[in-house]
Amino acid sequence: MKRLLFILPVVGFVALLAVFFLGLGRDPRALPSAFLDKPLPAFTVGPVRPGDTVGLSNTDFGKGEPMLLNVFASWCGPCRVEHPVLMRLKSEGVIIHGLDWKERSPGAGFRWLSQNGDPYVRVGDDPTGRTGIEFGVAGVPETFVIDKQGRVRYRHVGAVTPEVWEQKLAPLMAKLRSES
Amino acid sequence: MKRLLPIVAALALLAGPAAAVNPDEQLADPKLEARALKLSQELRCVVCQNQSIDDSDAELARDLRLILRERIAAGDTDEQAMDHIVSRYGSFVQLRPPLRWDTVLLWFGPVLVLVLGGVGAAVYVRGRSSTAAAVGALNADEEAELARMLDGDKVG
Repeated sequence: MKRLLFILPVVGFVALLAVFFLGLGRDPRALPSAFLDKPLPAFTVGPVRPGDTVGLSNTDFGKGEPMLLNVFASWCGPCRVEHPVLMRLKSEGVIIHGLDWKERSPGAGFRWLSQNGDPYVRVGDDPTGRTGIEFGVAGVPETFVIDKQGRVRYRHVGAVTPEVWEQKLAPLMAKLRSES
Repeated sequence: MKRLLPIVAALALLAGPAAAVNPDEQLADPKLEARALKLSQELRCVVCQNQSIDDSDAELARDLRLILRERIAAGDTDEQAMDHIVSRYGSFVQLRPPLRWDTVLLWFGPVLVLVLGGVGAAVYVRGRSSTAAAVGALNADEEAELARMLDGDKVG
């Protein structure tokens, strides 16, 4: 009993240290979306590609197929890192819609897509950033996984690297595909 | 003059950074502006995370300051304006976390640790004083030994 009284605080302290130490390795930006398990708020934005008649709307999601919503910008460095991954996903049949966030000059987003390749089914222009702010975008790139019913199921902050896709997003997409 | 220079430089370094809220963002009505300022000091900038949106120079912080002011100018109460941001970015953006079931430990954890530590210390101190009492006074042999040692001290 006496022993226990001495050991207990030590055990507690070590446990606390372990929790803090593990916390060091976590990305403080990786916050869950405030819209987790909820549908995206209503929005409609104009097109990025001059040939498109429609840009992007919340009603483009949840059409019986899980999709990705990728928030990007031509001025964003990490977006270049994830771009080849998005191109590969497109060739594998993954539906990706894009939101071009806070583009600084009109047409820059389209130029970027024409030069680097266009992985998006639909892509909307959000020059003021207000549409992204409506669903809690803090920066670019961010990628949301949207389920068959159009609900947000995951928010990834930062570039979608091959590891992020294979370890996090791909298993989730597979799971969402098997959901009714 | 040369001596003054380092002092001036030190004073310049001490000068606090001006608030990030820019003149063009401020509301014309000083009452509304005061409310907006107070709210923006309670909202965390999600880009820099340890600054309020009032302190932060991040572009997103500016956007949120403007949105906050738009809501207030449109007649929102403080709570409604706050909720507008919190509903989009989550309660993480509240620098003063609300008291909810999942924040109870955050609010009362330190008190809990203090109480546990206090109880532990009390038990320990009490245990020690009771062992001292149990040993009790010295018997005759011990008294003699003590006297011998003290004497020895004097001689030595």
